[in-house]
Amino acid sequence: MSGQLNLQFPGPDNLHVVIAGSWLLTDSHPSAGDIAQQLQSRSDIRRISFDSTDLTQWDSGLLTFLARVYQLAGKHNIDIDPGGLPDGARRMINLAMAVPPHEDTGKHGEKLPLIEHIGEKALAMWRAAPEMLHFLGEVTLSFGRLFRGTAQFRRSDLMLIIEDVGPHALPIVSLISFLIGLIVAYMGAVQLAQFGAQIYIANLVSLGMTREMGALMTGIIMAGRTGAAYAAQLGTMQVNEEIDAFRTMGFNPIDFLVLPRMLALVLVMPLLVLYAGIVGITAGMFVAVTIFDISTFEYYQQTVRSMAWTHIWVGVIKGTVYGMLIAFAGCLRGMQCGRSAQAVGEATTSAVVTSILFIVIAASLLTILFQQLGI
Amino acid sequence: MLQNTNPDDHIVAQDLTLAYGDFIIQHDLNFTVRRGDIFIVMGGSGCGKSTLLRHMIGLKAPASGRVLFAGVSYWESSPAEQQRIKRGFGTSFQSGALWSSLTLAENVALPLGEYTDLAPADITEVVSLKLALVGLAGFEDFYPSEISGGMQKRAALARAIALDPEILFFDEPSAGLDPISSRRLDDLILELRDSLGTTIVMVTHELASIFAIGNNSVFLDTETRTMIASGDPKMLRDESTDPGVRRFLNRGEI
Ligand SMILES: Nc1ncnc2c1ncn2[C@@H]1O[C@H](COP(=O)(O)OP(=O)(O)OP(=O)(O)O)[C@@H](O)[C@H]1O
Ligand SMILES: [Mg+2]
Repeated sequence: MSGQLNLQFPGPDNLHVVIAGSWLLTDSHPSAGDIAQQLQSRSDIRRISFDSTDLTQWDSGLLTFLARVYQLAGKHNIDIDPGGLPDGARRMINLAMAVPPHEDTGKHGEKLPLIEHIGEKALAMWRAAPEMLHFLGEVTLSFGRLFRGTAQFRRSDLMLIIEDVGPHALPIVSLISFLIGLIVAYMGAVQLAQFGAQIYIANLVSLGMTREMGALMTGIIMAGRTGAAYAAQLGTMQVNEEIDAFRTMGFNPIDFLVLPRMLALVLVMPLLVLYAGIVGITAGMFVAVTIFDISTFEYYQQTVRSMAWTHIWVGVIKGTVYGMLIAFAGCLRGMQCGRSAQAVGEATTSAVVTSILFIVIAASLLTILFQQLGI
Repeated sequence: MLQNTNPDDHIVAQDLTLAYGDFIIQHDLNFTVRRGDIFIVMGGSGCGKSTLLRHMIGLKAPASGRVLFAGVSYWESSPAEQQRIKRGFGTSFQSGALWSSLTLAENVALPLGEYTDLAPADITEVVSLKLALVGLAGFEDFYPSEISGGMQKRAALARAIALDPEILFFDEPSAGLDPISSRRLDDLILELRDSLGTTIVMVTHELASIFAIGNNSVFLDTETRTMIASGDPKMLRDESTDPGVRRFLNRGEI
């Protein structure tokens, strides 16, 4: 038997609520809507009493109903006579009423109108700029302390981070660089073969891989791999108040957490870029030798002839700049992270997007710069 | 697997050994939680109370031994049966473990929405009631990161009692609460037991609430890595033969 509700009016100002049957959360039972209606239409009611003699079983289902009745009574200034309720229910309702509700509702309330929403977003973006500059300043100061030898961080942390961003990244860097070398060589060779100039595959691949593609691809891989990891690590530390713990104990979290991470990536990126170049050139050689009948020695000769130290330097400089930007973006987003799992996810996403944006801007600027300098 | 047990025995631990890998935390635990007990798990910090709780709520399989719920051995049951048993549990963890990307109301509403047929409007009312029961009326729209540690603890309790579970597992529910909130929490726990017949298994160091509401207990020892006492905590305080247990229950003043 599910719950039943019967409203009686024994006196002119008295509403008698008869509750019967089983009032369980999972059963269907009447809502307090009827009572709300009665109180609305009969303004002379001053007292609500209860009868629960036929109540068989109850749990939060009944309590929810009663809480609603109490709330209605409070709104209409009506007395409640809880005498007819089960003892336990009465005591539980008293517990629920013991602490008055916190009056600050609507704090996450109404949604902003569209224009205002756009305005808010724009302002937030505007406010983000000084925050980024502030962080840049802090990192610069931290590097200053590093060179003066007063930066506080654990050398063993640095080694662990280097291991993680360097050697552990080799498989994925190899895979992608090999693929890029393969594609550049093949696409180029098909065109060059029309003029019988297949041998220039070597020039195309070695130049492309060392000057541009090696750095760019490594940058994008590291943005997804390491930038995201930095943001997630620092973000989680932010959630657990670990960063606050560093601050209160007098450690500078920038020195302790950001500096080794930036340093690690800046040290490792040039090596990864060189490595990517070598793998790419090897892939090109593979294509040239197996598909376009160029001998290994010829390819080698042509590569050496086409290479110049400047190409290598340009690639390494670009890669180092990308590395710095990736580490900066990852650490920035991690340190700005909010205090929820959701915020960590947002920080990670934002770190990758920001890194790639930075890489694109830096790549354009550097290309123009080197062009102007005639390098 | 149904065992022949007393219908009053709600949870039975049989020769339970808890371990992380080869590292044995506690061995040979035997105790019985009767229906409607407020069962206290006591012991020094790091002795394995939270670990015991994790084994009882089905998060971790014991190294050996069994946990029976109403005569059914949890770890020897089928996944469907385990799911059914777990539906009767409500748990609050030592660290709160609220879902940080949901508001308090959404935290409490999630199990209600998943496991009942209640309409959204009804769920809102149940959620308000549960939050009011732990003294958090009006905090529905706050995120866990926007309330204090003690409030997070209480919100986690509201989530644990959302479905009126048969068994409630609390890990240090009153740690971080002021004496008044802590007292109110004791009242709530007693009321859940008296009115709804809930069985309560609770880890706590709060001597005041141990004596006020506990009627059965187990005492885990760090040195010997097993239980050294069980029964009504008030009796243990006055009559236990183990000096360690008496010292613990008398705040070392013995
Ligand atoms: N994931 C884990 N892996 C290995 N050992 C663990 C793990 N979690 C806990 N331990 C060990 O188990 C023991 C008991 O831990 P547990 O968290 O159960 O203690 P506790 O009795 O709840 O302590 P407290 O009162 O401080 O909460 C500790 O010695 C701890 O080192
Ligand atoms: Mg614990």
